[in-house]
Amino acid sequence: MSQPFRTEKGGRIDRTGELTFTFDGEEMHGHAGDTLASALLANGVHLVGRSFKYHRPRGILSAGSEEPNALVGVYRKGDQTPNLRATQVELYHGLQAVSQNRFPSLGFDVGAVNDLLSPLFPAGFYYKTFMWPKSFWDRVYEPIIRAAAGLGKPPKNPDHDTYGNLYAHCDVLVAGSGPSGLAAALAAAETGARVILCDEQAEFGGSLLSENSATIDGKDPAIWVAEIVARLAAMDNVTLLPRTTAFGYFAHNFIALAERVTEHLSDPDPRLPRERLWQVRAKEVVIAAGAIERPMVFPENDRPGILLADAGRTYLNRYGVKVGHKVLVATACDTAWQAAFDLADHGVEVVAIADLRESPPESLVSIAAARGIRVEAGCVVTGTLGRKRVRAALLGRMMTSGQVAAGGQIECDALLMSGGWTPTVSLFSQSRGKVVWEAETGAFVPGKSVQKERSAGAANGLYGLQASLTDGYAAGEGAARAATGKSATINHSRTSGGEAGTGGTLGALPHDRNASRVKAFVDYQNDVTAKDVKLAVREGMQSIEHIKRYTTTGMATDQGRLSNMNALQIASGALEKPLTDVGLTTFRQPFTPTTFGLFAGVSRGDFFDPVRKTPSHDWVVEKGGLFEDVGQWKRAWYFPKNGEDMHAAVERECRTVRESVGLFDASTLGKIEVAGPDAAEFLERMYTNPWKKLAPGRCRYGLLLNDAGFITDDGVIGRLADDRFHVTTTTGGAPSVFATMEDYLQTEWPELDVWITSTTDQYAVAAIQGPKAREVIAPFIEGIDLSAEALPHMSVKEAMFRGIPCRLFRISFTGELGFEINVPRRHGKMMWETLAGEIEKHGGTAYGTEAMHVLRAEKGYIIIGQDTDGTVTPQDAGMSWAIGKNKFDFVGKRGLERPDLKAENRKQLVGLLTKDPKIKLEEGAQVTTLENPATGTPADGHVTSSYYSPALGRTIALAIVRNGHALEGKTLYVPMPEGSIPVEVTGTVFYDKEGARLNV
Amino acid sequence: MLLIYCPYCQIERAEIEFRCGGEAHIARPSDPEKATDDDWVEFLYMRSNTKGIAAERWRHIHGCGRFFNAVRDTVSDEFLKVYKTGEAKPDLEAIAREAGK
Ligand SMILES: [Zn+2]
Repeated sequence: MSQPFRTEKGGRIDRTGELTFTFDGEEMHGHAGDTLASALLANGVHLVGRSFKYHRPRGILSAGSEEPNALVGVYRKGDQTPNLRATQVELYHGLQAVSQNRFPSLGFDVGAVNDLLSPLFPAGFYYKTFMWPKSFWDRVYEPIIRAAAGLGKPPKNPDHDTYGNLYAHCDVLVAGSGPSGLAAALAAAETGARVILCDEQAEFGGSLLSENSATIDGKDPAIWVAEIVARLAAMDNVTLLPRTTAFGYFAHNFIALAERVTEHLSDPDPRLPRERLWQVRAKEVVIAAGAIERPMVFPENDRPGILLADAGRTYLNRYGVKVGHKVLVATACDTAWQAAFDLADHGVEVVAIADLRESPPESLVSIAAARGIRVEAGCVVTGTLGRKRVRAALLGRMMTSGQVAAGGQIECDALLMSGGWTPTVSLFSQSRGKVVWEAETGAFVPGKSVQKERSAGAANGLYGLQASLTDGYAAGEGAARAATGKSATINHSRTSGGEAGTGGTLGALPHDRNASRVKAFVDYQNDVTAKDVKLAVREGMQSIEHIKRYTTTGMATDQGRLSNMNALQIASGALEKPLTDVGLTTFRQPFTPTTFGLFAGVSRGDFFDPVRKTPSHDWVVEKGGLFEDVGQWKRAWYFPKNGEDMHAAVERECRTVRESVGLFDASTLGKIEVAGPDAAEFLERMYTNPWKKLAPGRCRYGLLLNDAGFITDDGVIGRLADDRFHVTTTTGGAPSVFATMEDYLQTEWPELDVWITSTTDQYAVAAIQGPKAREVIAPFIEGIDLSAEALPHMSVKEAMFRGIPCRLFRISFTGELGFEINVPRRHGKMMWETLAGEIEKHGGTAYGTEAMHVLRAEKGYIIIGQDTDGTVTPQDAGMSWAIGKNKFDFVGKRGLERPDLKAENRKQLVGLLTKDPKIKLEEGAQVTTLENPATGTPADGHVTSSYYSPALGRTIALAIVRNGHALEGKTLYVPMPEGSIPVEVTGTVFYDKEGARLNV
Repeated sequence: MLLIYCPYCQIERAEIEFRCGGEAHIARPSDPEKATDDDWVEFLYMRSNTKGIAAERWRHIHGCGRFFNAVRDTVSDEFLKVYKTGEAKPDLEAIAREAGK
């Protein structure tokens, strides 16, 4: 099949077979070994996308992960993964790719009108254009920006792939497998050190895979690569990870690698994950990330057909693809000349080499002459023509005045450019190292190491094949010695050719065009031009960090690897400050875009968060009960019967508890065992209440503050023996109360002889509440007297429940006669089913958290975190009675003495009754003293709890109100959109104020 | 993810086993009644928030459960010293000098 731009021979592709793929539905062919980008180019396709802001036609620019333009969507298993770089997508049979950010088609895109309207989109257009009116943001501007801008569309279905995760340790991690990376890996491995070598590409070798004008040990570099890789693969102490990007360098030499496992396969084993996250702890790291070529900033430098020179050479030598038939090479440095020579050797017409420099090296000029290539020295590209593909370039002659004179037009169907090289310092920067400016190469290179790493080769600012190899060997040996103390002597390979070369340029190039009319792109992906950067400076941006955010230069997926140096130079010129004074933005993780799936790993669906179930769980499911999520717990919410709605079910549950009996699963409450000779003293110091005189067998409500004096938790505490307490906490507070106790015990009062143990998961707890509670439990409890005299309200005894040891509390969170039975967790289901059966006989009911909330609110029992918010003191909550007045100290005692906590006008907990008993207030609604306060008037409080009370036959509410305790009997208001609701301030206890029902 | 040495377990473990407990050597006044309001505010809220060498509390919460103290460079995340609860606060300036900070 026709691949008109494929070379006759050469390259690392497998020419024995053809692969079929589609791009925007059109069928094309390529070979194994191709990337999607090289296959498209082989088919003559340069136009692959539309730009972000102006919707300009864009083509493939690079051959690596820095690619800014060729972002495509790839369909797999019926869904599309957007924003993949075509330069990294390996070709497989049946691959379906689509272009992005165009409507209705890539060739004809209505969004391209933005290009004509470009005066509307200057630097900072987000800030300027869409400022007013404010209300337009939600309805007009944002939807338009979202529709017009943007990259690919996110997939609509849940991710059908799986992702792996593993941890690894090694002595030396080498990131990058070009000449210096391979040399480093070999040198380290030969010492016996455990080595991991990773490279983001499918094949190891980096630049060596497209280098055929040099030799190593007299061999073709690709052959040398194959030999080294084979040697490494044969060693047990080496792990080779191709298709693996070192995307994050974190503290303590913790490196995150993303391995692409199956995405390059047309029919992968379904058991394999799509990607695998490697979390590597390396003793030493060698960063051999290489360097990338800089685009030249000339007008219309973004047309399809314009590529980086080294990319053109890579497509030719590695993939057997010619970027065009008539190629112009524009450069400011030596390395691009080799691209021209290689193309000419493959029969491509090189229309000219336009070198910015007045006198390029004579050696190169004579090679060009030998191939009959026209050389234009002191020559700059001042523009390009063509719409969907470059068809000609405008040349300009650099004059000594610094001006440019028109130098004619030259036809070409591809343009290769090189502004020089930029070391890839991203990982070094992520390791928190600071780069330093190296004037002779005009580049920022790694400075002092902050972590245990070293950069090698081009990433270290060293160019040329021999220099890279030598630096790589040294880095590998040094890293192994630092990690293991061992060293080894190995033969160092010798190279010929592959010289570093000279030259390079930064910033916008001069031209003779109308500066206000032309666009010379600095950041392709974000459509930032040289003009935008200058405008940002004119508008007052001084720091590169501000210029970056104002123009969005360097904020694309390559994080400015292509654009930063040019932007910096332009900013430096506009600011009239040396480049080094403008500063460089910091590279951050991840190095290249990384999927959410990789980070999520198996933590999704059922594995996203643990689910904690109580012993009654299966029973609740069976009875059709509904659940409420409380933290990780599933708690029974209510039990609808015969088509009841929630209101009816809760009302029935509440009435049944008050009239006969109810059963509630209280297993989620936090439980802490406090034991030891100083147990009472410890609780004396932790809780506001006195504990030393509490007799064994008795309970007390405990209030926990922080040292600021605010309520943080509460719960009933039972004394089982002189030296043993059973502490309960709120469901949500269990871990933090336990941690707080440990903190005070270990760090403030280490002299106390106390052990504390979390026992939340050790006990299943059933609460039996209501007038018939005693009758319900009596048949099953052995060993103790359940009478009111022997077991009064607020007492605890150890007993047996159907032969199982239990802790039996007589306590109540409903205001009714109540018991809570604690049995070992494994007997919880038996206990629950036993009691549920018994309850039935007495006309009782199981009840859920909603009824529990109503019942406790009727009694004015607070819920920490609902009726308190971290700024409520015991006095505010009307609970001064819980404070042991004669105690020397307790957590929060001194805090309560602070002037602000004793001040007048604090917000206090009160009850509210609406004048209309049918109106139920909204929890969270504001409370005011004025019926219709003016807009902007501060509220005097808010509603914290609000329910319909079956016992009272009306609604009730709790609220935190300024000076609330003094306002009892007064009328306040709850302003709502439908009108202000008058309420009367009351006490917090609505039902059985004397507590007569508790003591039966 | 940091690597942290627990002086009780005497082993280096990953950060997920630990919980940072904020600045170390903030003692709760032993006789709170005698503490002035300013003392108490100092104890409750005032922290040095050091950029550089700082002593902080860590708890090996998913290991031995013990609190201990560590000197960490908050810029580089390097741990320079680990010591048990109750041991005196080390000379942070000397540690910084020794580490070349
Ligand atoms: Zn430990």
